[in-house]
Amino acid sequence: MDYVPAISRWIHLLAGIMWLGLLYYFNFVQVGALKAAQADGSAGAIMKYVAPRALFYFRWSAVLTWLAGAALLGADFGNAFMLRPTHAAIGIGAWLGTIMLINVWFLIWPCQKKLLGLVDASEDEKARARRVAYVVSRINTVLSFPMLFFMAAGAHGAIYFG
Amino acid sequence: MPNPLDSLWGIVILGVVATFALYRFAAWLMGG
Repeated sequence: MDYVPAISRWIHLLAGIMWLGLLYYFNFVQVGALKAAQADGSAGAIMKYVAPRALFYFRWSAVLTWLAGAALLGADFGNAFMLRPTHAAIGIGAWLGTIMLINVWFLIWPCQKKLLGLVDASEDEKARARRVAYVVSRINTVLSFPMLFFMAAGAHGAIYFG
Repeated sequence: MPNPLDSLWGIVILGVVATFALYRFAAWLMGG
């Protein structure tokens, strides 16, 4: 047994489930819950106690997922990201995951810091940050569909090669 | 026109369409 691929695959799956689970939580649960909670004035508790914890595990599980995935690719890292014909399927999956990671750290998290009050922002900036975080989070959910197809459902190209 | 990203069904349908498009793209990369 080769321990590095086995353990990195295990960590990749654990962290990936946490990342996507929280992404789906934000998109399918929290957005709707906040809208309803704002109507009766109880959204503050979600933003104060739930969102910061969810975002902590969300952004760091994203990093761990990517690092474990890179370790799992090992010597095939370059072949995958160069989309070589033998590695095109997993390569597309890896690119999608990478784009999603960039979206988390460079778009969603900076916007959420403004919304959570961790950095100063005017009401206009907060309104814009809310929209950007929301749309990018939605885009990541869309990208997760093909990402999981190429990472898991397509069994890294088995659908093409049998 | 409403933004499909504003609807949960919209993101599911976009996800499936994106999957099919990238499936064809991967087949093209593999020379199929």
